[in-house]
Amino acid sequence: MEKLIIGGREFSSRLFVGTGKFSSNQLMSEAIAASGSQMVTVALKRIDTANREDDMLRHILRPDVQLLPNTSGVRNAAEAVLAAQLAREAFETDFIKLEIHPDPKYLLPDPIETLKATEELARLGFIVLPYIQADPVLCKRLEEAGTAAVMPLGAPIGTNKGIVVRDLLEIIIGESNVPVVVDAGLGAPSHAAEAMELGADAVLVNTAIAVAGDPVAMARAFAKGVEAGREAYEAGLGSRSKIARASSPLTSFLD
Amino acid sequence: MTVYLNQKEFSTDAARLTVAEVISLNQLPTVGLAVAVNNKVVRKAEWQTTELAEGDKITVITAVCGG
Repeated sequence: MEKLIIGGREFSSRLFVGTGKFSSNQLMSEAIAASGSQMVTVALKRIDTANREDDMLRHILRPDVQLLPNTSGVRNAAEAVLAAQLAREAFETDFIKLEIHPDPKYLLPDPIETLKATEELARLGFIVLPYIQADPVLCKRLEEAGTAAVMPLGAPIGTNKGIVVRDLLEIIIGESNVPVVVDAGLGAPSHAAEAMELGADAVLVNTAIAVAGDPVAMARAFAKGVEAGREAYEAGLGSRSKIARASSPLTSFLD
Repeated sequence: MTVYLNQKEFSTDAARLTVAEVISLNQLPTVGLAVAVNNKVVRKAEWQTTELAEGDKITVITAVCGG
């Protein structure tokens, strides 16, 4: 399979994983290892000075893993830029998953604030991966702003609905000059495979793995789905047809 | 001097207080976290030399699980 390159870094796995919602850090660590992922998200929080917890970073840091801090919790571009700067300082990386979703019900990203923040963060030298709705026009505007990739949703965060915006994703993938990472809503390995068959460069999965009956096995299953989908895309899928086309010769061997 | 550390009051008798002192007095780790004073990031190399003023708002963030 072709290697994926984002921000000058090469990724042999096209499955990015999130670290939320696991029942323990130990299980999270095992699931990440089983996924083979080399891009792992982490969120920011104010440290609780009175109540110190287990440091989750030690469960995910490995030489082949790129941390992808997110800006979850911010409400606008200015807060996102501050969050990104804090993340850069804390984790010593320029990678940032930009997510600005002020509405808590559907967690849909604010396209205007996202574009503003991308312009500023790209100017500050960040490798920006913005979480966005599947909007092909916005994707082009983000490209012009210097984004490193675009991350359109398949469906709202945590819904496990799969790809509900297939037609729009196809347009984005067809037109994009930067890697397209389908983020959010993928609930099953078949959804991940579908995204990859469409030509997505990678997918980001969290909830579907974390809340599975066996998250480690599910992480492995997603890795296979992503690999199968990518291989199929690179192999070139056969075209669809409205009428049947025989796979066996229809020559009459009986009179 | 009284400052606010992650929205909680933090007081000390000292007349001068640096970011580095706030970190060590609260026994916070020095890796995997970042500091902003009044919403402006203070780089780790500047913790020792950044003096705080009465009422400054200090934000200290760290990693948490998330997608």
